[in-house]
Amino acid sequence: MATSGHTVKAFDEDLGELRAMVAEMGGLAEAAIDGAVQALTRRDAEAAARIVQHDKRIDELEAEVERRVVRLIALRAPLADDLREVIAALKIAGVIERIGDYAKNIAKRVPLLQDMRGIEPLAILPAMARAASEMVHDVLNAFAARDPEGALEVSIRDREVDDLYDSLFRALLTYMMENPGNIGASTHLLFIAKNLERIGDHATNAAEMIYYAATGEQMPERPRGADALAPAA
Amino acid sequence: MALPRFTRLGSGPIAESKPAPPDPTGPLIEAIAEPLLVLDGYHISHANQAARALLGEHIVGDYVRLALRHPAAAPLLSGDEDGPIALNGLGGHDRLWELSAGTIAPGKRLLRLTDRSAQRAADQMRVDFVANASHELRTPLASLIGFIETLEDANGPEDADTRLRFLSIMDGEARRMQRLIDDLMSLSRIEADRYFPPKDRIDLAPVLREVADEFATRRDGQRLALGNIGLGKAVVIGDRGQLHQLIHNIISNAFKYGREGSPVVATLKVAKGFARLSVADEGDGIAPEHLPRLTERFFRADPGRSRAIGGTGLGLAIVKHIVERHKGRLDIASTLGVGTTVMVELPLTPS
Repeated sequence: MATSGHTVKAFDEDLGELRAMVAEMGGLAEAAIDGAVQALTRRDAEAAARIVQHDKRIDELEAEVERRVVRLIALRAPLADDLREVIAALKIAGVIERIGDYAKNIAKRVPLLQDMRGIEPLAILPAMARAASEMVHDVLNAFAARDPEGALEVSIRDREVDDLYDSLFRALLTYMMENPGNIGASTHLLFIAKNLERIGDHATNAAEMIYYAATGEQMPERPRGADALAPAA
Repeated sequence: MALPRFTRLGSGPIAESKPAPPDPTGPLIEAIAEPLLVLDGYHISHANQAARALLGEHIVGDYVRLALRHPAAAPLLSGDEDGPIALNGLGGHDRLWELSAGTIAPGKRLLRLTDRSAQRAADQMRVDFVANASHELRTPLASLIGFIETLEDANGPEDADTRLRFLSIMDGEARRMQRLIDDLMSLSRIEADRYFPPKDRIDLAPVLREVADEFATRRDGQRLALGNIGLGKAVVIGDRGQLHQLIHNIISNAFKYGREGSPVVATLKVAKGFARLSVADEGDGIAPEHLPRLTERFFRADPGRSRAIGGTGLGLAIVKHIVERHKGRLDIASTLGVGTTVMVELPLTPS
Protein backbone atom coordinates (compact mmCIF):
# COMPACT_ATOMS: atom_id res chain seq x y z
CA MET A 1 0.00 0.00 0.00
CA ALA A 2 1.04 3.53 -0.66
CA THR A 3 1.18 4.35 3.04
CA SER A 4 3.90 1.83 3.80
CA GLY A 5 5.82 2.28 0.57
CA HIS A 6 7.42 -0.46 -1.51
CA THR A 7 11.02 -1.12 -2.25
CA VAL A 8 10.06 -0.89 -5.88
CA LYS A 9 8.74 2.67 -5.94
CA ALA A 10 7.32 2.10 -9.41
CA PHE A 11 4.73 -0.27 -7.97
CA ASP A 12 3.29 2.49 -5.78
CA GLU A 13 3.22 4.76 -8.81
CA ASP A 14 1.47 2.16 -10.96
CA LEU A 15 -1.06 1.33 -8.26
CA GLY A 16 -1.74 5.01 -7.61
CA GLU A 17 -2.34 5.66 -11.27
CA LEU A 18 -4.59 2.63 -11.49
CA ARG A 19 -6.68 3.78 -8.53
CA ALA A 20 -6.88 7.31 -9.90
CA MET A 21 -8.13 5.90 -13.18
CA VAL A 22 -10.83 3.87 -11.46
CA ALA A 23 -11.84 6.99 -9.51
CA GLU A 24 -12.03 8.93 -12.77
CA MET A 25 -14.33 6.26 -14.21
CA GLY A 26 -16.42 6.49 -11.06
CA GLY A 27 -16.69 10.25 -11.36
CA LEU A 28 -17.88 9.89 -14.94
CA ALA A 29 -20.42 7.24 -13.98
CA GLU A 30 -21.76 9.36 -11.10
CA ALA A 31 -22.16 12.34 -13.40
CA ALA A 32 -23.86 10.11 -15.97
CA ILE A 33 -26.49 8.89 -13.48
CA ASP A 34 -27.30 12.39 -12.24
CA GLY A 35 -27.25 13.79 -15.76
CA ALA A 36 -29.48 11.05 -17.20
CA VAL A 37 -32.17 11.51 -14.57
CA GLN A 38 -31.97 15.27 -14.88
CA ALA A 39 -32.33 14.99 -18.66
CA LEU A 40 -35.33 12.75 -18.07
CA THR A 41 -37.14 15.12 -15.72
CA ARG A 42 -36.30 18.10 -17.93
CA ARG A 43 -37.09 16.15 -21.11
CA ASP A 44 -33.80 17.35 -22.51
CA ALA A 45 -32.98 15.05 -25.43
CA GLU A 46 -29.75 16.90 -26.25
CA ALA A 47 -28.32 16.42 -22.78
CA ALA A 48 -29.33 12.76 -22.99
CA ALA A 49 -27.47 12.38 -26.29
CA ARG A 50 -24.35 13.86 -24.69
CA ILE A 51 -24.53 11.31 -21.87
CA VAL A 52 -24.77 8.44 -24.36
CA GLN A 53 -21.74 9.91 -26.12
CA HIS A 54 -19.70 10.27 -22.90
CA ASP A 55 -20.21 6.62 -22.01
CA LYS A 56 -17.54 5.80 -24.59
CA ARG A 57 -14.98 7.45 -22.34
CA ILE A 58 -15.90 5.11 -19.47
CA ASP A 59 -15.50 2.12 -21.78
CA GLU A 60 -12.09 3.37 -22.94
CA LEU A 61 -10.94 3.82 -19.37
CA GLU A 62 -12.10 0.33 -18.47
CA ALA A 63 -10.05 -1.14 -21.33
CA GLU A 64 -7.06 0.90 -20.17
CA VAL A 65 -7.48 -0.26 -16.54
CA GLU A 66 -7.62 -3.86 -17.73
CA ARG A 67 -4.50 -3.43 -19.84
CA ARG A 68 -2.59 -1.89 -16.94
CA VAL A 69 -3.71 -4.53 -14.44
CA VAL A 70 -2.48 -7.30 -16.70
CA ARG A 71 0.84 -5.52 -17.16
CA LEU A 72 1.15 -4.78 -13.43
CA ILE A 73 0.56 -8.41 -12.47
CA ALA A 74 2.95 -9.65 -15.14
CA LEU A 75 5.76 -7.23 -14.30
CA ARG A 76 5.52 -6.84 -10.53
CA ALA A 77 3.83 -10.06 -9.41
CA PRO A 78 2.09 -8.40 -6.43
CA LEU A 79 1.16 -10.53 -3.41
CA ALA A 80 -1.30 -10.44 -0.49
CA ASP A 81 -2.98 -7.05 0.03
CA ASP A 82 -1.27 -5.63 -3.06
CA LEU A 83 -2.73 -8.38 -5.21
CA ARG A 84 -6.15 -7.98 -3.59
CA GLU A 85 -6.05 -4.28 -4.31
CA VAL A 86 -5.09 -4.73 -7.95
CA ILE A 87 -7.79 -7.35 -8.48
CA ALA A 88 -10.34 -5.18 -6.68
CA ALA A 89 -9.48 -2.23 -8.93
CA LEU A 90 -10.03 -4.44 -11.98
CA LYS A 91 -13.36 -5.77 -10.74
CA ILE A 92 -14.59 -2.38 -9.58
CA ALA A 93 -13.72 -0.93 -12.99
CA GLY A 94 -15.97 -3.61 -14.51
CA VAL A 95 -18.78 -2.76 -12.10
CA ILE A 96 -18.48 0.95 -12.83
CA GLU A 97 -18.59 0.23 -16.55
CA ARG A 98 -21.92 -1.56 -15.98
CA ILE A 99 -23.21 1.36 -13.91
CA GLY A 100 -22.26 3.68 -16.79
CA ASP A 101 -24.22 1.43 -19.16
CA TYR A 102 -27.30 1.63 -16.99
CA ALA A 103 -27.05 5.42 -16.94
CA LYS A 104 -26.66 5.39 -20.71
CA ASN A 105 -29.70 3.16 -20.95
CA ILE A 106 -31.73 5.67 -18.95
CA ALA A 107 -30.52 8.51 -21.18
CA LYS A 108 -31.50 6.55 -24.31
CA ARG A 109 -35.11 6.46 -23.16
CA VAL A 110 -35.35 10.23 -22.77
CA PRO A 111 -36.34 10.92 -26.42
CA LEU A 112 -39.00 8.20 -26.16
CA LEU A 113 -40.58 9.96 -23.19
CA GLN A 114 -40.82 13.43 -24.65
CA ASP A 115 -44.57 13.74 -24.13
CA MET A 116 -44.94 12.15 -20.72
CA ARG A 117 -45.78 15.39 -18.96
CA GLY A 118 -47.76 14.87 -15.80
CA ILE A 119 -47.03 11.22 -15.05
CA GLU A 120 -47.46 11.37 -11.30
CA PRO A 121 -45.21 8.41 -10.31
CA LEU A 122 -42.38 10.23 -12.07
CA ALA A 123 -41.92 12.19 -8.86
CA ILE A 124 -40.40 9.09 -7.18
CA LEU A 125 -37.70 8.65 -9.81
CA PRO A 126 -35.48 11.59 -8.78
CA ALA A 127 -35.60 10.40 -5.16
CA MET A 128 -34.64 6.91 -6.26
CA ALA A 129 -31.92 8.20 -8.60
CA ARG A 130 -30.59 10.26 -5.76
CA ALA A 131 -30.47 7.29 -3.39
CA ALA A 132 -28.71 5.18 -6.04
CA SER A 133 -26.20 7.85 -7.03
CA GLU A 134 -25.44 8.58 -3.37
CA MET A 135 -24.59 4.89 -2.95
CA VAL A 136 -22.23 5.11 -5.93
CA HIS A 137 -20.77 8.32 -4.56
CA ASP A 138 -20.16 6.87 -1.10
CA VAL A 139 -18.77 3.60 -2.42
CA LEU A 140 -16.25 5.56 -4.50
CA ASN A 141 -15.32 7.56 -1.42
CA ALA A 142 -14.80 4.29 0.44
CA PHE A 143 -12.64 3.10 -2.46
CA ALA A 144 -10.51 6.24 -2.40
CA ALA A 145 -10.11 5.98 1.40
CA ARG A 146 -9.74 2.15 1.48
CA ASP A 147 -12.45 2.32 4.13
CA PRO A 148 -14.14 -1.04 4.90
CA GLU A 149 -16.62 0.57 7.35
CA GLY A 150 -17.80 3.01 4.71
CA ALA A 151 -18.20 0.13 2.26
CA LEU A 152 -20.27 -1.82 4.78
CA GLU A 153 -22.55 1.15 5.28
CA VAL A 154 -23.16 1.47 1.55
CA SER A 155 -24.18 -2.18 1.25
CA ILE A 156 -26.76 -1.73 4.01
CA ARG A 157 -28.28 1.25 2.21
CA ASP A 158 -29.21 -0.90 -0.79
CA ARG A 159 -32.47 -1.64 1.03
CA GLU A 160 -33.54 2.00 0.61
CA VAL A 161 -33.22 1.81 -3.19
CA ASP A 162 -35.07 -1.50 -3.25
CA ASP A 163 -37.91 -0.03 -1.17
CA LEU A 164 -38.22 2.92 -3.52
CA TYR A 165 -38.27 0.52 -6.45
CA ASP A 166 -41.15 -1.42 -4.90
CA SER A 167 -42.97 1.83 -4.22
CA LEU A 168 -42.52 3.03 -7.79
CA PHE A 169 -43.48 -0.37 -9.19
CA ARG A 170 -46.83 -0.29 -7.39
CA ALA A 171 -47.48 3.32 -8.31
CA LEU A 172 -46.80 2.62 -12.00
CA LEU A 173 -48.94 -0.49 -11.97
CA THR A 174 -51.89 1.47 -10.63
CA TYR A 175 -51.23 4.18 -13.13
CA MET A 176 -51.26 1.73 -16.04
CA MET A 177 -54.49 0.12 -14.85
CA GLU A 178 -56.19 3.50 -14.61
CA ASN A 179 -55.46 4.37 -18.20
CA PRO A 180 -54.10 1.88 -20.73
CA GLY A 181 -52.91 4.85 -22.80
CA ASN A 182 -50.15 5.28 -20.20
CA ILE A 183 -48.75 1.79 -20.59
CA GLY A 184 -46.06 2.72 -23.11
CA ALA A 185 -44.56 5.55 -21.09
CA SER A 186 -45.02 3.71 -17.79
CA THR A 187 -43.15 0.67 -19.06
CA HIS A 188 -40.21 2.85 -20.03
CA LEU A 189 -40.26 4.37 -16.55
CA LEU A 190 -40.35 0.91 -15.05
CA PHE A 191 -37.23 -0.09 -16.99
CA ILE A 192 -35.56 3.10 -15.86
CA ALA A 193 -36.43 2.30 -12.25
CA LYS A 194 -35.06 -1.21 -12.74
CA ASN A 195 -31.82 0.27 -14.07
CA LEU A 196 -31.52 2.45 -10.98
CA GLU A 197 -32.20 -0.54 -8.78
CA ARG A 198 -29.42 -2.45 -10.56
CA ILE A 199 -27.08 0.51 -10.07
CA GLY A 200 -27.70 0.17 -6.33
CA ASP A 201 -26.91 -3.56 -6.53
CA HIS A 202 -23.70 -2.90 -8.41
CA ALA A 203 -22.64 -0.29 -5.87
CA THR A 204 -23.14 -3.01 -3.26
CA ASN A 205 -20.93 -5.36 -5.29
CA ALA A 206 -18.22 -2.74 -5.42
CA ALA A 207 -18.59 -2.24 -1.66
CA GLU A 208 -18.00 -5.96 -1.10
CA MET A 209 -14.80 -5.82 -3.17
CA ILE A 210 -13.54 -2.78 -1.31
CA TYR A 211 -14.21 -4.52 1.99
CA TYR A 212 -12.35 -7.61 0.79
CA ALA A 213 -9.41 -5.63 -0.56
CA ALA A 214 -9.04 -3.69 2.69
CA THR A 215 -9.55 -6.50 5.21
CA GLY A 216 -8.83 -9.73 3.34
CA GLU A 217 -12.15 -11.09 4.57
CA GLN A 218 -15.52 -11.39 2.91
CA MET A 219 -18.09 -8.83 3.93
CA PRO A 220 -20.39 -10.22 6.66
CA GLU A 221 -23.79 -11.32 5.38
CA ARG A 222 -26.32 -8.57 5.88
CA PRO A 223 -29.93 -9.01 6.86
CA ARG A 224 -32.10 -8.99 3.78
CA GLY A 225 -35.67 -7.82 3.31
CA ALA A 226 -38.66 -10.02 2.71
CA ASP A 227 -37.69 -12.53 0.04
CA ALA A 228 -40.55 -14.11 -1.86
CA LEU A 229 -38.39 -17.13 -2.69
CA ALA A 230 -37.08 -17.71 0.82
CA PRO A 231 -38.19 -21.07 2.25
CA ALA A 232 -41.00 -20.58 4.76
CA ALA A 233 -39.68 -20.79 8.30
CA MET B 1 3.80 7.86 2.23
CA ALA B 2 5.89 9.95 4.59
CA LEU B 3 5.89 13.54 3.50
CA PRO B 4 9.13 15.38 2.89
CA ARG B 5 8.95 18.23 5.37
CA PHE B 6 11.95 20.06 3.94
CA THR B 7 12.50 20.90 0.39
CA ARG B 8 15.90 19.70 -0.75
CA LEU B 9 15.67 20.97 -4.27
CA GLY B 10 18.66 23.01 -5.27
CA SER B 11 20.54 22.38 -2.05
CA GLY B 12 24.16 22.23 -3.19
CA PRO B 13 27.32 21.66 -1.17
CA ILE B 14 27.26 25.21 0.21
CA ALA B 15 23.68 25.04 1.42
CA GLU B 16 24.56 21.75 3.11
CA SER B 17 26.19 23.63 5.98
CA LYS B 18 23.03 25.44 7.09
CA PRO B 19 19.69 23.58 7.15
CA ALA B 20 17.09 24.53 4.53
CA PRO B 21 14.34 26.78 5.97
CA PRO B 22 11.18 24.82 6.92
CA ASP B 23 8.56 24.69 4.19
CA PRO B 24 5.86 27.14 5.29
CA THR B 25 3.19 25.67 2.99
CA GLY B 26 1.59 23.37 5.59
CA PRO B 27 1.01 25.91 8.41
CA LEU B 28 0.14 28.58 5.85
CA ILE B 29 -2.75 26.74 4.20
CA GLU B 30 -3.82 25.31 7.55
CA ALA B 31 -4.58 28.87 8.67
CA ILE B 32 -7.11 29.36 5.87
CA ALA B 33 -10.68 28.22 6.43
CA GLU B 34 -11.66 27.24 2.91
CA PRO B 35 -10.46 23.93 1.45
CA LEU B 36 -7.02 24.24 -0.17
CA LEU B 37 -4.83 21.64 -1.87
CA VAL B 38 -1.24 21.97 -3.00
CA LEU B 39 -0.31 19.82 -5.97
CA ASP B 40 3.14 18.55 -6.80
CA GLY B 41 2.67 17.29 -10.33
CA TYR B 42 -0.47 15.17 -10.06
CA HIS B 43 0.05 14.28 -6.40
CA ILE B 44 -1.43 16.13 -3.47
CA SER B 45 1.51 17.31 -1.39
CA HIS B 46 -0.48 19.36 1.14
CA ALA B 47 -4.13 19.62 2.10
CA ASN B 48 -5.51 21.81 4.86
CA GLN B 49 -8.00 20.72 7.52
CA ALA B 50 -11.03 21.93 5.53
CA ALA B 51 -9.91 20.00 2.44
CA ARG B 52 -9.28 16.83 4.44
CA ALA B 53 -12.70 17.12 6.06
CA LEU B 54 -14.31 17.48 2.62
CA LEU B 55 -12.32 14.90 0.65
CA GLY B 56 -11.09 12.47 3.31
CA GLU B 57 -8.11 12.22 5.68
CA HIS B 58 -6.25 9.94 3.28
CA ILE B 59 -5.80 12.37 0.41
CA VAL B 60 -2.30 13.70 1.16
CA GLY B 61 0.12 11.77 -1.07
CA ASP B 62 -2.66 10.40 -3.26
CA TYR B 63 -3.21 11.19 -6.89
CA VAL B 64 -5.39 14.25 -7.14
CA ARG B 65 -7.71 12.40 -9.55
CA LEU B 66 -8.46 9.93 -6.76
CA ALA B 67 -9.58 12.70 -4.43
CA LEU B 68 -11.40 14.82 -7.03
CA ARG B 69 -12.96 12.40 -9.48
CA HIS B 70 -15.52 14.83 -10.87
CA PRO B 71 -15.28 14.79 -14.71
CA ALA B 72 -15.73 18.57 -14.91
CA ALA B 73 -12.51 18.98 -12.92
CA ALA B 74 -10.39 17.04 -15.43
CA PRO B 75 -9.15 19.94 -17.61
CA LEU B 76 -8.23 21.91 -14.51
CA LEU B 77 -6.42 19.01 -12.83
CA SER B 78 -4.42 18.26 -15.96
CA GLY B 79 -3.21 21.86 -15.91
CA ASP B 80 -4.96 22.98 -19.09
CA GLU B 81 -7.20 25.46 -17.31
CA ASP B 82 -7.28 27.49 -14.13
CA GLY B 83 -11.05 27.63 -13.68
CA PRO B 84 -13.21 28.47 -11.94
CA ILE B 85 -15.17 25.27 -12.57
CA ALA B 86 -18.43 24.32 -10.86
CA LEU B 87 -18.34 20.94 -9.10
CA ASN B 88 -21.65 19.37 -8.30
CA GLY B 89 -22.29 16.99 -5.42
CA LEU B 90 -18.95 17.18 -3.64
CA GLY B 91 -19.38 16.34 0.07
CA GLY B 92 -23.13 15.91 -0.25
CA HIS B 93 -25.66 15.54 -3.00
CA ASP B 94 -27.00 19.10 -2.99
CA ARG B 95 -23.71 20.87 -2.54
CA LEU B 96 -22.04 22.98 -5.14
CA TRP B 97 -18.39 23.97 -5.07
CA GLU B 98 -16.28 26.17 -7.25
CA LEU B 99 -12.78 24.92 -8.03
CA SER B 100 -10.03 27.22 -9.20
CA ALA B 101 -6.28 26.77 -9.59
CA GLY B 102 -3.20 28.93 -9.53
CA THR B 103 0.43 28.13 -10.23
CA ILE B 104 2.91 28.52 -7.34
CA ALA B 105 6.03 27.25 -9.05
CA PRO B 106 6.68 25.10 -12.11
CA GLY B 107 4.86 21.81 -11.45
CA LYS B 108 3.36 23.14 -8.21
CA ARG B 109 -0.20 24.39 -8.12
CA LEU B 110 -2.67 25.55 -5.53
CA LEU B 111 -6.28 24.38 -5.80
CA ARG B 112 -8.99 26.33 -4.04
CA LEU B 113 -12.54 25.18 -3.36
CA THR B 114 -15.28 27.71 -2.62
CA ASP B 115 -18.64 26.67 -1.22
CA ARG B 116 -21.56 27.81 -3.40
CA SER B 117 -24.18 25.54 -1.81
CA ALA B 118 -26.24 28.30 -0.23
CA GLN B 119 -26.55 30.07 -3.56
CA ARG B 120 -27.53 26.82 -5.24
CA ALA B 121 -30.11 26.04 -2.53
CA ALA B 122 -31.70 29.43 -3.10
CA ASP B 123 -31.93 28.81 -6.85
CA GLN B 124 -33.38 25.35 -6.33
CA MET B 125 -35.94 26.73 -3.87
CA ARG B 126 -37.17 29.16 -6.46
CA VAL B 127 -37.63 26.46 -9.08
CA ASP B 128 -39.41 24.11 -6.69
CA PHE B 129 -41.60 26.84 -5.32
CA VAL B 130 -42.87 27.85 -8.72
CA ALA B 131 -43.49 24.25 -9.74
CA ASN B 132 -45.34 23.03 -6.66
CA ALA B 133 -46.80 26.05 -4.97
CA SER B 134 -48.51 27.39 -8.06
CA HIS B 135 -50.34 24.10 -8.40
CA GLU B 136 -51.29 23.95 -4.73
CA LEU B 137 -52.48 27.54 -4.67
CA ARG B 138 -54.54 27.22 -7.82
CA THR B 139 -57.06 24.80 -6.30
CA PRO B 140 -58.37 27.02 -3.48
CA LEU B 141 -58.10 30.05 -5.73
CA ALA B 142 -60.24 28.43 -8.42
CA SER B 143 -62.86 27.68 -5.82
CA LEU B 144 -62.75 31.26 -4.47
CA ILE B 145 -63.23 32.69 -7.96
CA GLY B 146 -66.09 30.29 -8.60
CA PHE B 147 -67.94 31.42 -5.51
CA ILE B 148 -67.30 35.09 -6.19
CA GLU B 149 -68.72 34.71 -9.71
CA THR B 150 -71.77 32.87 -8.40
CA LEU B 151 -72.38 35.58 -5.81
CA GLU B 152 -72.19 38.22 -8.52
CA ASP B 153 -74.48 36.44 -10.93
CA ALA B 154 -77.39 35.07 -9.04
CA ASN B 155 -79.95 35.61 -6.35
CA GLY B 156 -79.63 39.37 -5.91
CA PRO B 157 -79.04 41.20 -2.64
CA GLU B 158 -81.83 39.45 -0.72
CA ASP B 159 -80.40 35.97 -0.51
CA ALA B 160 -78.48 36.42 2.73
CA ASP B 161 -78.46 32.69 3.54
CA THR B 162 -76.64 31.68 0.38
CA ARG B 163 -74.32 34.63 0.73
CA LEU B 164 -73.33 33.65 4.26
CA ARG B 165 -72.85 30.02 3.31
CA PHE B 166 -70.67 30.97 0.35
CA LEU B 167 -68.71 33.46 2.43
CA SER B 168 -67.95 30.80 5.01
CA ILE B 169 -66.64 28.45 2.32
CA MET B 170 -64.60 31.28 0.86
CA ASP B 171 -63.23 32.01 4.30
CA GLY B 172 -62.14 28.37 4.64
CA GLU B 173 -60.43 28.37 1.26
CA ALA B 174 -58.67 31.66 1.92
CA ARG B 175 -57.40 30.33 5.26
CA ARG B 176 -56.16 27.19 3.55
CA MET B 177 -54.14 29.35 1.20
CA GLN B 178 -52.82 31.29 4.13
CA ARG B 179 -51.72 28.12 5.95
CA LEU B 180 -50.02 26.94 2.81
CA ILE B 181 -48.15 30.20 2.39
CA ASP B 182 -47.16 30.20 6.08
CA ASP B 183 -45.78 26.69 5.75
CA LEU B 184 -43.97 27.53 2.55
CA MET B 185 -42.38 30.54 4.15
CA SER B 186 -41.17 28.65 7.19
CA LEU B 187 -39.85 25.90 4.95
CA SER B 188 -37.88 28.40 2.91
CA ARG B 189 -36.50 30.01 6.08
CA ILE B 190 -35.33 26.63 7.36
CA GLU B 191 -33.79 25.77 4.00
CA ALA B 192 -31.97 29.06 3.82
CA ASP B 193 -30.34 28.26 7.19
CA ARG B 194 -29.51 24.74 6.17
CA TYR B 195 -25.75 25.03 6.25
CA PHE B 196 -25.61 27.35 9.29
CA PRO B 197 -25.81 25.12 12.35
CA PRO B 198 -27.88 26.37 15.32
CA LYS B 199 -26.02 27.51 18.43
CA ASP B 200 -28.38 27.75 21.46
CA ARG B 201 -28.64 25.16 24.20
CA ILE B 202 -32.26 24.04 24.34
CA ASP B 203 -33.89 21.75 26.89
CA LEU B 204 -36.46 19.75 24.94
CA ALA B 205 -38.66 18.92 27.95
CA PRO B 206 -40.18 22.40 28.46
CA VAL B 207 -40.62 22.80 24.70
CA LEU B 208 -42.56 19.54 24.57
CA ARG B 209 -44.72 20.66 27.52
CA GLU B 210 -45.40 23.97 25.84
CA VAL B 211 -46.57 22.24 22.66
CA ALA B 212 -48.61 19.77 24.71
CA ASP B 213 -50.46 22.68 26.35
CA GLU B 214 -51.47 23.95 22.92
CA PHE B 215 -53.16 20.62 22.27
CA ALA B 216 -54.72 20.39 25.74
CA THR B 217 -58.06 21.92 24.78
CA ARG B 218 -59.40 19.57 22.13
CA ARG B 219 -63.04 18.72 21.90
CA ASP B 220 -63.09 15.48 19.91
CA GLY B 221 -62.07 13.20 22.75
CA GLN B 222 -58.50 12.72 21.58
CA ARG B 223 -55.98 13.43 24.26
CA LEU B 224 -52.24 13.68 24.55
CA ALA B 225 -50.42 11.46 27.01
CA LEU B 226 -46.96 12.63 28.01
CA GLY B 227 -44.35 10.16 29.18
CA ASN B 228 -42.03 11.01 32.09
CA ILE B 229 -39.66 13.77 31.22
CA GLY B 230 -36.94 15.04 33.50
CA LEU B 231 -35.90 18.66 33.17
CA GLY B 232 -32.34 19.39 32.13
CA LYS B 233 -31.63 15.95 30.64
CA ALA B 234 -32.59 16.24 27.00
CA VAL B 235 -30.48 19.31 26.21
CA VAL B 236 -29.54 19.76 22.57
CA ILE B 237 -27.91 22.45 20.47
CA GLY B 238 -30.79 23.89 18.54
CA ASP B 239 -33.08 26.64 17.39
CA ARG B 240 -35.93 26.96 19.85
CA GLY B 241 -38.52 28.19 17.36
CA GLN B 242 -37.72 25.40 14.93
CA LEU B 243 -37.75 22.69 17.60
CA HIS B 244 -41.13 23.96 18.77
CA GLN B 245 -42.40 23.77 15.20
CA LEU B 246 -40.94 20.27 14.79
CA ILE B 247 -42.73 18.92 17.87
CA HIS B 248 -45.90 20.80 16.97
CA ASN B 249 -46.02 19.34 13.46
CA ILE B 250 -45.44 15.77 14.62
CA ILE B 251 -48.06 15.93 17.37
CA SER B 252 -50.54 17.71 15.15
CA ASN B 253 -50.12 14.97 12.52
CA ALA B 254 -50.71 12.32 15.17
CA PHE B 255 -53.96 14.05 16.12
CA LYS B 256 -55.01 14.40 12.49
CA TYR B 257 -54.47 10.77 11.62
CA GLY B 258 -55.25 9.15 14.97
CA ARG B 259 -58.70 7.57 15.44
CA GLU B 260 -61.32 9.60 17.21
CA GLY B 261 -61.09 9.12 20.95
CA SER B 262 -57.71 7.40 20.81
CA PRO B 263 -54.74 8.74 22.73
CA VAL B 264 -51.57 10.23 21.25
CA VAL B 265 -48.51 9.25 23.27
CA ALA B 266 -45.45 11.48 23.28
CA THR B 267 -42.31 10.32 25.06
CA LEU B 268 -38.91 11.92 25.46
CA LYS B 269 -35.92 9.78 26.38
CA VAL B 270 -32.19 10.11 26.53
CA ALA B 271 -29.97 7.30 25.28
CA LYS B 272 -26.46 6.90 23.82
CA GLY B 273 -25.82 10.57 23.32
CA PHE B 274 -29.17 11.22 21.69
CA ALA B 275 -32.43 12.76 22.85
CA ARG B 276 -35.20 10.63 21.41
CA LEU B 277 -38.70 12.00 20.98
CA SER B 278 -41.33 9.56 19.82
CA VAL B 279 -44.97 10.31 19.11
CA ALA B 280 -47.35 7.40 18.58
CA ASP B 281 -50.94 7.50 17.41
CA GLU B 282 -53.58 4.82 17.08
CA GLY B 283 -55.00 5.25 13.62
CA ASP B 284 -55.20 3.62 10.20
CA GLY B 285 -51.44 3.68 9.71
CA ILE B 286 -49.54 4.27 6.48
CA ALA B 287 -48.97 1.70 3.75
CA PRO B 288 -45.30 0.63 3.49
CA GLU B 289 -44.98 1.81 -0.11
CA HIS B 290 -45.79 5.37 1.00
CA LEU B 291 -43.29 5.47 3.88
CA PRO B 292 -40.18 6.40 1.86
CA ARG B 293 -41.98 9.35 0.29
CA LEU B 294 -43.67 10.95 3.31
CA THR B 295 -41.17 13.75 3.70
CA GLU B 296 -41.45 14.87 0.08
CA ARG B 297 -43.06 18.24 -0.36
CA PHE B 298 -46.72 18.02 -1.25
CA PHE B 299 -46.69 14.23 -1.10
CA ARG B 300 -49.88 12.86 0.37
CA ALA B 301 -50.60 9.20 1.05
CA ASP B 302 -54.30 10.00 0.74
CA PRO B 303 -54.75 13.37 -1.02
CA GLY B 304 -58.50 13.75 -0.40
CA ARG B 305 -58.24 13.04 3.29
CA SER B 306 -55.21 15.24 3.84
CA ARG B 307 -56.90 18.24 2.22
CA ALA B 308 -60.14 17.61 4.08
CA ILE B 309 -58.42 17.90 7.47
CA GLY B 310 -56.53 21.01 6.44
CA GLY B 311 -53.12 19.53 5.63
CA THR B 312 -50.81 21.55 3.42
CA GLY B 313 -48.62 18.59 2.42
CA LEU B 314 -45.62 20.37 3.92
CA GLY B 315 -45.71 19.37 7.60
CA LEU B 316 -43.30 16.44 7.41
CA ALA B 317 -41.10 18.19 4.84
CA ILE B 318 -40.62 20.93 7.44
CA VAL B 319 -39.92 18.30 10.12
CA LYS B 320 -37.32 16.62 7.93
CA HIS B 321 -35.52 19.86 7.20
CA ILE B 322 -35.44 20.87 10.84
CA VAL B 323 -34.08 17.44 11.81
CA GLU B 324 -31.42 17.69 9.09
CA ARG B 325 -30.34 21.11 10.22
CA HIS B 326 -29.98 19.78 13.78
CA LYS B 327 -27.97 16.81 12.48
CA GLY B 328 -30.57 14.41 13.81
CA ARG B 329 -32.42 11.42 12.45
CA LEU B 330 -36.08 10.97 11.54
CA ASP B 331 -37.71 7.56 11.50
CA ILE B 332 -41.33 6.72 10.77
CA ALA B 333 -42.70 3.27 11.57
CA SER B 334 -46.26 2.32 10.80
CA THR B 335 -48.52 -0.72 10.86
CA LEU B 336 -51.72 -0.62 8.83
CA GLY B 337 -54.74 -0.59 11.08
CA VAL B 338 -52.65 -0.16 14.23
CA GLY B 339 -51.02 3.25 14.03
CA THR B 340 -47.92 5.23 13.31
CA THR B 341 -44.91 6.14 15.43
CA VAL B 342 -42.72 9.05 14.45
CA MET B 343 -39.33 9.12 16.10
CA VAL B 344 -36.84 11.95 16.09
CA GLU B 345 -33.32 11.62 17.47
CA LEU B 346 -31.24 14.72 18.11
CA PRO B 347 -27.63 14.67 19.34
CA LEU B 348 -27.27 15.82 22.96
CA THR B 349 -24.95 18.69 23.79
CA PRO B 350 -21.63 17.43 25.06
CA SER B 351 -21.79 18.38 28.75
